[in-house]
Amino acid sequence: MSAAPPPVALDALRRKVRALEAQDRVTRAVLPFGVQPLDVRLPGGGLALGALHEVAGGAEEALYGATAAKFAAGILARAQGEVLWCRRQADLFAPSLAQAGLPPERVIFADAGDEAGVLAAMEEGLRWPGLAGVVGEVGKLSMTASRRLQLAAEKGGQIAIAVRRWRRIADAADLGQPTAAQTRWRVSPLPSSPLPPSVPGVGRPRWFLELLRCKAGEAFDIELEACDAKGHLRLPAPLAHRPASPDAGQGRAVA
Amino acid sequence: MQGKAAPSPETPIVMVGRIGRRRAIAHMNLAAAKTGLRVGQAVAHATAMAPGLVLHDLDAEGDRAALRRLALWAQRLYSPTVAPDPPDGLVIDATGCAHLFGGEEKMLVDIRRRLAKAGYAAMLAIADSWGGAHALARYSRRALFVVPPGGLGVQLKDLPVAALRLPPETVQALAKPGFDTIGELEATAKGPLAHRFGMEPIRRLDQAHGREREPIEPVFAPQTPRAAKIFAEPIGAPETLARYLTELTVELCATLEALTLGAKTIDAWFYRVDNRVESARIGLSAPARDARRLAKLLCEKLEKVDPGFGVDKMVLAAPGAEPLAYSQDDVLSNLGGGKRATDLSGLIDTLRVRLGAEAVYRLASAESDIPERSVRKTPAAETPVAFSWPVDWPRPTRFFPRPEPIETVALLPDQPPASFTWRGVRRRVRRADGPERVFGEWWKADAELARSRDYFQVEDEGGERYWIYRDGDGEDAATGSQRWFMAGVFG
Repeated sequence: MSAAPPPVALDALRRKVRALEAQDRVTRAVLPFGVQPLDVRLPGGGLALGALHEVAGGAEEALYGATAAKFAAGILARAQGEVLWCRRQADLFAPSLAQAGLPPERVIFADAGDEAGVLAAMEEGLRWPGLAGVVGEVGKLSMTASRRLQLAAEKGGQIAIAVRRWRRIADAADLGQPTAAQTRWRVSPLPSSPLPPSVPGVGRPRWFLELLRCKAGEAFDIELEACDAKGHLRLPAPLAHRPASPDAGQGRAVA
Repeated sequence: MQGKAAPSPETPIVMVGRIGRRRAIAHMNLAAAKTGLRVGQAVAHATAMAPGLVLHDLDAEGDRAALRRLALWAQRLYSPTVAPDPPDGLVIDATGCAHLFGGEEKMLVDIRRRLAKAGYAAMLAIADSWGGAHALARYSRRALFVVPPGGLGVQLKDLPVAALRLPPETVQALAKPGFDTIGELEATAKGPLAHRFGMEPIRRLDQAHGREREPIEPVFAPQTPRAAKIFAEPIGAPETLARYLTELTVELCATLEALTLGAKTIDAWFYRVDNRVESARIGLSAPARDARRLAKLLCEKLEKVDPGFGVDKMVLAAPGAEPLAYSQDDVLSNLGGGKRATDLSGLIDTLRVRLGAEAVYRLASAESDIPERSVRKTPAAETPVAFSWPVDWPRPTRFFPRPEPIETVALLPDQPPASFTWRGVRRRVRRADGPERVFGEWWKADAELARSRDYFQVEDEGGERYWIYRDGDGEDAATGSQRWFMAGVFG
């Protein structure tokens, strides 16, 4: 067994590969999540612009893709410009997109008859620099199709997000297949953030976010609070260990 | 005569035309028909039969012009290929157009409704052939007739020979040996028929049954920017069609530019050697005359155009073009370093051409508290008004258009269920938010007067969050069935 190669040579090789990969790209910019533990583990310190990203829901969410759609909406809400949302099933509820920071004036919907139509519409959208990004809801995503989208995104510099969603939970195994996407995420719902014991109701939703695959990066998972009205994620603050807020006990009712 | 000057519908009115040197009835209204008059009768005769008859001289030129205007109106709304069918009809090539209105019957209903609004009574028929639809619209005694493909022969059988668009002399000549209906004519050997009455009845018979093609020569508004090309040899290869289509688009755009107009619609007609006209239409969200982009959009439509044995004439027109000033945007964006274009009308048009005009839209808020009515589609090219949905109430990411019934173990009227079963899986409710009470909109339907719904956001043990509602307030039976439904899934 030969000795491990010196890190200098490895670094030079990495730079070379990166230069080769970046030939066609218009941008190497990233969109940070604004969540420290998330951003430090992503290459470049955020979600790459000009790239294809896959998002799927965990367990039953593979059928509904509700968390995945909200995660995608939260990302694009923080980008500049309009969004093209391509889909086959028209069950996305627009008020919820507005609550994630994507108001009606920022989203154009395109209904396609089949998945090929969704992919074609996504690719068309990626040619228009006025868009912040393109979302497509698809089940199958072949290597060829994802490669085309990845190349189109590289040329245009927008974010392309494939929200993976299947008709049967068994089909969700398809997520293991390789694609040309830059990252692959899985978002599963967790019990919401606890409220004080005397307060009934549902707290801020929480997600279990897994980065399953990442080019030039490593997989990890993290527990987060779901995106707010501006699309920002947040680290959950464990209620028990939270420092008392400065004005605790001084709240006054105004009638 | 319009408005108050118009006579009441009960007044018998006839339009007087000339047949040879005789003044005779050319058209009449329903009231006149009831008095026993018939078209072609001498005026002297008619006035004797029906006292109080109102006579008007026929203005054939005016009628033709009005029919032409009507044809242009129909062309704008329904199909690129529309022609006047004088003296009293329009013919529309509805191939590939009816689905835009939700089917052939709905399209006819729409035409009738719009014509009625403009003050026209209309009889409508849709069939496999021009001749067939012509006959059924005029002689079937049904205001609205949709003949399924292939069903024309049966429907035509009992109609009179006059329905075949034959000159009156021929109809009379045919009546002498006893040919009264189309069915009788159809059953006769064609040889002797042609020998005796000429080819005309056979040609019309074939046209009515769709055995002989009959092109519809579309109308053009006089000022419509147009470009046409006639080919010495018919062309049919897709690349050739695309090439000439691009050439014509460039020509059309040059015309538009000279007029400082931009196209809102572009119609293309392909005249086939076998006497058929194929057509295609693209709609644009904003006026445009960018030849490269428009040619690309038109070429995408080519796959739906069947050139048959070849196309020997191609026509492009931009009806309803709108003023479009010169701009330097194109130059700037081509320089690369300049400001990035944010105009998305090109993308919207491309997607509309590819997926259909209704498939590309925005979802804007509508003023309703009922969730399924709170969202409406608006054109993608327009920015919706700023009125927005409430931000404080939870709204699910996936909303089921048809709520699914769920089995619940429910307790108190103001409480969410303790557990529920949906799609065969029982879920225990760990946390819940609600109720959000939504009342029926009594101003829309009487049945909604007392109705209400209670929406709850519930979270199960695994953390899945659902939006469920109870039809009713949980106490009063008048408010709803008190059953529970699944409305959506939160992200």
